[in-house]
Amino acid sequence: MRPFAFSRATDVADAVQQGSLAGCSFVAGATNLADLMKYDVTRPARLIDINPLTLRGIEELQSGGLRLGALATNAQTAYHARVQKQYPILASAILSGASAQLRNVATNGGNLNQRTRCYYFYNSALPCNKREPASGCSAVGGVTRVHGILGTSSACIATHPSDMCVALAVLNASVRVTGNFGDRVIPIAEYHRLPGDTPWLDNTLQHGELVTAIDLPNESFATNYTYLKLRDRQSYAFALVSIAVVMHMEDGVIREARVALGGVAHKPWRRTEAEQTLKGQQPSTQLFETFAEELVAGAVGYGDNDFKIELARRGIVRACHQAAEGTPQSQSDKDIA
Amino acid sequence: MPETESPELIPIDITVNGVLHSLEIESRLTLLDFLREKLQVCGTKKGCDHGQCGACTVLLNGTRINSCLAFVVLHPGASVTTIEGLAEPGKLHPLQQAFYDLDAYQCGYCTPGQICSATGLINEGHARTRAEVRELMSGNLCRCGAYPNITSAILQVLAEGEAQ
Ligand SMILES: Cc1cc2nc3c(=O)[nH]c(=O)nc-3n(C[C@H](O)[C@H](O)[C@H](O)COP(=O)(O)OP(=O)(O)OC[C@H]3O[C@@H](n4cnc5c(N)ncnc54)[C@H](O)[C@@H]3O)c2cc1C
Ligand code: SF4
Ligand code: FES
Ligand code: FES
Repeated sequence: MRPFAFSRATDVADAVQQGSLAGCSFVAGATNLADLMKYDVTRPARLIDINPLTLRGIEELQSGGLRLGALATNAQTAYHARVQKQYPILASAILSGASAQLRNVATNGGNLNQRTRCYYFYNSALPCNKREPASGCSAVGGVTRVHGILGTSSACIATHPSDMCVALAVLNASVRVTGNFGDRVIPIAEYHRLPGDTPWLDNTLQHGELVTAIDLPNESFATNYTYLKLRDRQSYAFALVSIAVVMHMEDGVIREARVALGGVAHKPWRRTEAEQTLKGQQPSTQLFETFAEELVAGAVGYGDNDFKIELARRGIVRACHQAAEGTPQSQSDKDIA
Repeated sequence: MPETESPELIPIDITVNGVLHSLEIESRLTLLDFLREKLQVCGTKKGCDHGQCGACTVLLNGTRINSCLAFVVLHPGASVTTIEGLAEPGKLHPLQQAFYDLDAYQCGYCTPGQICSATGLINEGHARTRAEVRELMSGNLCRCGAYPNITSAILQVLAEGEAQ
């Protein structure tokens, strides 16, 4: 690994001030950054340790929502009583990801900002527009098992690998950010972006901006939810396709449904227009198939990942049933109900 | 690899298996390399060096982590326990005894990581059933495939309620 300079931030203002200098990068748990630096993919001149900041808490908001500190660990978040009670889909999605050791260290801010697992992004000997702007994309025409089918561009077909963010997408979370130009609140749907012709930008965070917290609105999805993660092995593997569903049910009718896909795009994939199809309807396989078609409309495979289109369709139907019936996917007993 | 100037050294205090070390280290030093190469405490193994196998699992302030992805500079004042420090000298930790009794290893390369991870798992208190133990131990791979016996050994210790 290349040597790098190191400093600790004393408070948020100091972190933002140091982080906005060229070549500087924040570090939280380092579970993504250390890995990328070992592969020489990321080459920060200086790491700013944000661990001394007081962003570790999980607090109830006056609105009845919940604020998840950027430095709260994924484990702390998933096992938090309020998260388990009010937003169990978030606990489920987090616990489906990585391993117990990694979740003990991985922070919410780091999870949000983790980079793609595209093999070519990781191989610094090969062209990659995300790593090296305008160098080309090695994935198109290459091995594409883990790549995207929705919202891709000719410049990049990578996916965002987070499970947590797929749950945040259906919970309508918002990301609180602070920078040299003040504070912003970014709706989760606008946090990550599609690659377009600037795939080196994963999200809309500006250089030097710090995520301080993730806010969850005051809602509860205690029963009608699921996080169904489909992958090459049953644990400790990234999603090929994952499906997050939350529903409000009333007398056997879907009052509201929100569905997001992971593993298929450069950001959690949600189409609020398509969700209208489910509104006011009684759950049925036929309804869910119609909806699945709308959610994956326009999907394009790149060879090895063609299977994801059908896998997503079937997964959506299965996950919608799980949510409607109140039988969420267990993250320890992996038989798919 | 281009190294224009000698890397900056950063002072740090860190306790390993009860012994305090005050020294100056490079920012890029991982906890795994620190243990194995600076302290020659080599019970902790390097498998993948990328967070993908769990061989390097240690307890940091009582919590299990992958030492290969931990920069030492991020953990000033921490207390680290490795396989060498789990039990008093000359004694076996209940998990060590159970692994021995139940044949929970073959080549033994993954074992220090498995046992440290299992200690963390028991401290965390989220696993009761076989399925839960398997899931929450999935961060430790075993190329020899000793999984059934590893799980049994952990379940036995859980049942005995012996872990501290
Ligand atoms: C083997 C392995 C398997 C994994 N499997 C999964 C999986 O199945 N599902 C899944 O979702 N994830 C998985 N992960 C990824 C893991 O969740 C991330 O590595 C972790 O969440 C990153 O958090 P961190 O605190 O360690 O971030 P760091 O590595 O410290 O930082 C990551 C990035 O975020 C930036 N950053 C961190 N905090 C902030 C902040 N507050 N504001 C602005 N920028 C910030 C950093 O500058 C850096 O660019 C896996 C990782 C490994 C190594
Ligand atoms: S898909 Fe994106 S990340 Fe992967 S090689 Fe192409 S440009 Fe790079
Ligand atoms: S050596 Fe750390 S996880 Fe493999
Ligand atoms: S006993 Fe050989 S790797 Fe586990």
